[in-house]
Amino acid sequence: MSAASDQFLREATAKSVDVELRQIVRRGIDHYDAAVLRGKARFADWEAARRRCREIRAEAISHLETYLLEFEGRLTERGGRVFWAETAEDARNYILDVATSARVRTVAKSKSMVSEEIHLNAALEDRGMKVWETDLGEFIVQLRKEPPFHIVTPAMHLTRRQIAQLFREKLGGVQAEDPQSLVALVREELRRAFFSAEMGITGANFLVADSGMIAITSNEGNARLCASLPRIHVAIAGIEKVIPRLEDLALLWPVLATAGTGQQITCYNTLIGGPRAPGETDGPEEFHVVLLDNGRTRLLADAEQREALHCIRCGACLNACPVFRSIGGHAYGTVYSGPIGSVITPHLAGLEEYQHLSYASSLCGACTEVCPVKIDLHHHLLRNRRDAATQKLRPLSERIAFRLWQWAMLDAGRFRIAGWIGRRAARLAYRMGLEGTVLDPARGWTKHRKAPAIPRDSFRSVWRKSRAR
Amino acid sequence: MPSSRFTGHDDFIFRNAGLALDEKTGLPQIEVVNRKRFRGALGLTIEYRPQKRQLQMSKVAMFVPCFVDQLLPQIALDTARVLERLGFEVTVPSKQTCCGQPAFNSGYWQLARPIAQRFVRIFALADAVVCPSGSCTAMVRCFYPELLAGTREFENAKSLGARAYEFSEFLARVAQVTDIGATFPHKVALHDACHALRELGIRDAPRQLLRSVRGLELVNLPRSEECCGFGGTFAANFATISAAMGAAKADNAETSGAEYLTSTDPSCLLHMDGILRRRRSAVRTIHLSGIMACTRPRSSQMETPK
Repeated sequence: MSAASDQFLREATAKSVDVELRQIVRRGIDHYDAAVLRGKARFADWEAARRRCREIRAEAISHLETYLLEFEGRLTERGGRVFWAETAEDARNYILDVATSARVRTVAKSKSMVSEEIHLNAALEDRGMKVWETDLGEFIVQLRKEPPFHIVTPAMHLTRRQIAQLFREKLGGVQAEDPQSLVALVREELRRAFFSAEMGITGANFLVADSGMIAITSNEGNARLCASLPRIHVAIAGIEKVIPRLEDLALLWPVLATAGTGQQITCYNTLIGGPRAPGETDGPEEFHVVLLDNGRTRLLADAEQREALHCIRCGACLNACPVFRSIGGHAYGTVYSGPIGSVITPHLAGLEEYQHLSYASSLCGACTEVCPVKIDLHHHLLRNRRDAATQKLRPLSERIAFRLWQWAMLDAGRFRIAGWIGRRAARLAYRMGLEGTVLDPARGWTKHRKAPAIPRDSFRSVWRKSRAR
Repeated sequence: MPSSRFTGHDDFIFRNAGLALDEKTGLPQIEVVNRKRFRGALGLTIEYRPQKRQLQMSKVAMFVPCFVDQLLPQIALDTARVLERLGFEVTVPSKQTCCGQPAFNSGYWQLARPIAQRFVRIFALADAVVCPSGSCTAMVRCFYPELLAGTREFENAKSLGARAYEFSEFLARVAQVTDIGATFPHKVALHDACHALRELGIRDAPRQLLRSVRGLELVNLPRSEECCGFGGTFAANFATISAAMGAAKADNAETSGAEYLTSTDPSCLLHMDGILRRRRSAVRTIHLSGIMACTRPRSSQMETPK
């Protein structure tokens, strides 16, 4: 087992008994569920919307090259610059080059999971730059020196009281705990950041091919401040974020908002098509778009699982996932947590290191049921498992156990005898009071559950006897 | 579209298998060849007619999941009893062992494949296959086509999938009987087992059956569609997560005011029974077949596991 797997087991075990955390997460997701229910009701036909979104995303992903080149062409015409980054390092180096050659000292950032993926903040800070996360949730987890807990709601795991306490420690001079005062305090801090930053970094929710624009969705208006106040704007996005046409946003924006937060549409939806043009009064002098591959083309080459690239990062599968609700986002130890993270991380970061995530699921399918672009998430977990077993990445004990299991199951006589021995042994062991102890062979089961009363006779023997009469 | 073999969650297996889903029933559409007597052997046909006379002539083969056979025999006995009471002739192919799901779900498709091929051969001659587990039925109907793609058994697997039914689905949709004269004067909460719900699309069938039971009060289980945390080897490999999910389900079962938690799936109930008894809960578990087999208000005999 990999180091990541050991760490996951430790973290997941600790978090799954953290009742307080579970209650906070559950309460958050209950609010979300209620909002999404109302949100879906606003659609004449939510299922039709999902199908159409899937078609749009499939069209983009299956013509990725065409649409990305179209996007680049249109954007470059208006003076934007596009950098194709094959790896996280390429992306980091490019952004660092832009920043150092412009003598940037302060960076204002809006929320971007891709920037987490390439560990951008650490790289910028290493070069002595001050990086401000300007999304409220990201601002909070940055103060706590934590990664985001959830891809959409980064501070989901914290209560208002904990946040007030954090602000008292880190920002000083706060007494009030009501949301308005807390937000006002952060707003004050961030205004200074926006006006002092020489560089703004944002993500992009969509790259619109036919108009050569990036589309950014936010609820706090921080993204467009990051994109318009500093002298330089760098947007960073995975290559899969491209969509064919501007008009596709008419559906994708509301669907993303509904699936992500239950909103009809998020508060701010911004389209950015280039740097400040002559005669314009605002906007940055330079506009860069970094297109990140970092393993995505590997997934693209996999016809079976390619559709995982359809993801629009709404976070719905995380909220629906009972495993996520039990252990939270940090336990995963990956940038992308929850079902979509378990599906794509082995492709992006290595199957050997991250195959365990595909096993940490009951395969209940709640993720697939809610996915707004209809990714067959839980079946992809099965396919990751198949690949892990085929490549002999599973523990030897498990491989031997399943070989023995197969041998027994290929013959009814062997199955009957194995069952008979097993039941006798279990009855004896439990009569001796070994249930749940280290000597209990079914300890994985009985550590947390009472063992069932083991019957003396199997169904088949009862059935045969009753029919013989 | 890219050359992905799968086009969607709800119907991908059937489209892959060349079968379309009937919009009304959600079941695979079946070509009608012989209306008088259904012959599944050649993978050609089934036409079930709801008339009583026809049903009395019907034979069903019972698919008994391996762990039900070994640990929960009462569930299979109850299933057989209900089917026989409805006039079906029940056979239990003695060569059956397991459908292969434990290995399949753990990634060992190569080991699961011969088990699945064997299963297809054993049930090839059955007119209809009834199983008291949604999960095991889903293995046959939804996953065999993918597992057995490119093998000799592929065509037979597809046709078997169309003839394999979960217990409540068989009663309510195929036999079209919901009231079978059962009596169970208790408050009961229904847990929607994931594979029955999301792979097979079974939502109403168990509810229809339960509503027709004399004396039974079907109480509302909050978040009834949330997974109980069983998940096969997941329950042992990630036991604390599984137990946390089970605890959430147990909380909901207790707040529902139910005396019994029931479901289409014995595996969920085996797990929940262990969780509930560990916390000394007043809520007990019983498989749907146990309730349907109950004709007199003496429920204590029917509890799972026995």
